[in-house]
Amino acid sequence: MITVDYAKVDEILDSYRYDPSKVIAIMQDIQKIYRYLPQEALAYTAKKLKISEARIFGVATFYENFSLESKGKYVIKVCAGTACHVRKSAKVLEAIFQETGLSRENPTSEDGLFTIEIVSCLGACGLAPTMMVNDTTHSSMTPEKAVALIRALREEAEHEA
Amino acid sequence: MAEQFMTIDGIKVPIRGERNVLEVARNNGIDIPSLCYDPDLSIYGGCRLCIVENERGGIDASCSMIPRDEMVIYTNTPKLRKHRKMILELLLAAHNCDCPTCEKDGDCKLQAYARRYGVKRVRFDNDHSKLRIDRSSKAIVRDPGKCVLCGECVRMCQEIQNVAAIDFANRGSKAVVTTGFHKPLAETNCVNCGQCAAICPTGAISIKNEADEGWKAIQDPEFKTVVQIAPAVRAGVGERFGLPAGANVIGKIVTALKRMGVDEVYDTSLSADITIMEESAEFLEKLKTGAKLPMFTSCCPGWIKHVENAHPELMPQVSTTGSPMEIFGALIRQYFKKNEPERKIYSIAVMPCTAKKYEASRPELVKDGERLIDLVLTTQELCRMIEEAGMDFAALPDSEPDAPFAPYTGGGVIFGVTGGVTEAVIRKVVGDTSEASLKTIADCGVRGLEGIKSFEVTAGETSLRIAVVSGLKNADRVIAAVQAGEASYDFIEVMACPNGCIGGAGQPSCAKPVKVARFRGLFEADEACELRSCEQNPALDYIYREVIGERAHDLFHVHYPDHKNG
Repeated sequence: MITVDYAKVDEILDSYRYDPSKVIAIMQDIQKIYRYLPQEALAYTAKKLKISEARIFGVATFYENFSLESKGKYVIKVCAGTACHVRKSAKVLEAIFQETGLSRENPTSEDGLFTIEIVSCLGACGLAPTMMVNDTTHSSMTPEKAVALIRALREEAEHEA
Repeated sequence: MAEQFMTIDGIKVPIRGERNVLEVARNNGIDIPSLCYDPDLSIYGGCRLCIVENERGGIDASCSMIPRDEMVIYTNTPKLRKHRKMILELLLAAHNCDCPTCEKDGDCKLQAYARRYGVKRVRFDNDHSKLRIDRSSKAIVRDPGKCVLCGECVRMCQEIQNVAAIDFANRGSKAVVTTGFHKPLAETNCVNCGQCAAICPTGAISIKNEADEGWKAIQDPEFKTVVQIAPAVRAGVGERFGLPAGANVIGKIVTALKRMGVDEVYDTSLSADITIMEESAEFLEKLKTGAKLPMFTSCCPGWIKHVENAHPELMPQVSTTGSPMEIFGALIRQYFKKNEPERKIYSIAVMPCTAKKYEASRPELVKDGERLIDLVLTTQELCRMIEEAGMDFAALPDSEPDAPFAPYTGGGVIFGVTGGVTEAVIRKVVGDTSEASLKTIADCGVRGLEGIKSFEVTAGETSLRIAVVSGLKNADRVIAAVQAGEASYDFIEVMACPNGCIGGAGQPSCAKPVKVARFRGLFEADEACELRSCEQNPALDYIYREVIGERAHDLFHVHYPDHKNG
């Protein structure tokens, strides 16, 4: 369970002058810190912006890009758009699921390392099949390259720990 | 500008500033169906039932169509009938159709339209939401399986009440109306006003029905059952039983309750008189001592909850005088403790209000270790009980409330309408009950169904600035103006429900003309009273001297937690 640093949330709110019409930008900034929107942070934001919890929950759940579920250290977005699909992105996805033991229904690993998301287009169709790990794009993927990448990420995390 | 006309179903009709074609049609006797449109709310255009056809065969929603001169539309064509039926079929396919056991059975718009448009069969598999029914609230039950996503509750809660306890969440086929983080309603900022249930076209939001609890107590010989009836109830029952809307039927209600087996029946108008005695004394004291003004009224439990949620800093300015229900509750306990100490008393309050169910459960309404009110039934539950007992209500003779609490004044009766509490306070403070004086007070600006009324009255030497507000959004507007220094008042009456208790969510749901009839009904009841101001009530002397004695402040005042702040 994450503990919300309210001072940081205050900083964000302050930078938007507590303007309720900026609620989307505020939530984006909060999500940048935690990789998702912790309920406590949203409830706190609603209170500070003087909007109701139901309202902020409504906005947060409307957009695909906001998540109310905690996410792994590495958020892997596998593209399933047309270009990637015809270049066999499904096999890449399958390999990733197999390597991580995750699935569509259960997309976040228990060790908090990985979250697998399937997205419709990353806007890099010329590099298909593509995937992203956090903010980095990986192009011309194959199942083998994907597995190697996952393993490399695991090692990286171990070193950091 | 020359008068404008449009043609609906071949009939030339005038356009009189209506905001959409739907209103023009309804004003001219054509009832276009709709589930998501209400004249007092913003336009949503979601349900599509109000579609109309133009001359070229084009179809659009009439709620979202601005009436224009020489416009020609049709409301009942083969195409429209086909589409409407399909829309209803699709809605029913996503609806838990357990109609006979549904709380809204017989009062459900979806059910009525399915009947009206002859939907006999739904060709799609039923996939209504399996989200759990939320029974956490003392007043309101939410059943997502019956929600048609019309959003009327959402707009009511936001636009009229400024509470926004519920909103849409998710998107597209996953959209639901829910609370923040799907919390149980009881854990949200819901004020229990119940207006969401009153406007809900289906059984997705309904009022907690506790009529069975009422029967159990009434028919249990161990209990002496005592019922008090709130002022607004007398103007809300008749229409359910074929009597004119707004007719004062208090006498028949007393008879009905007696025949059901209730032991003692009282009229809350009496304790409303006591509320005025206490509240006007409190107000005059505040004026004298220079305490922080304005003083806010305290009889509306929805308003009290809203203060706690949104304006805790104002609580010290809210009167500590108990609501009429609370005061009668205390009085009943005290009286029977003295006179029949061996009897178990079951105290029921019949109220136009859903928030009273919540108020009765509050710890502040426990005195001497006992709940003051055991059960709150709404006007609607009372109507159901009368139906269940098989009584021909319209034919019942009148009865008087029981001694020694029978007398009440007109000042107590008008509590049931926005401005009534204030008018009663002014009558008391002015202290002159001559016809001329009462007329001056009635004309001072206090009467009317407007959401915000502000005016000045002179009482002796002093001039008092007063605001009367109904609807919590209106309350927030006035509070904002006061806090910004743009307005200044000595006394502010707030009722959470638009138009006051006559429009309470516990009353049979109704449109504006019925509310106007109820408003008139209460003032007619007031004028029919020989006594018009609380201090004339002959029972008060006995009550203060013999029943309450030293404990008036303890029993007739309520201190909510935030009263200590500030």
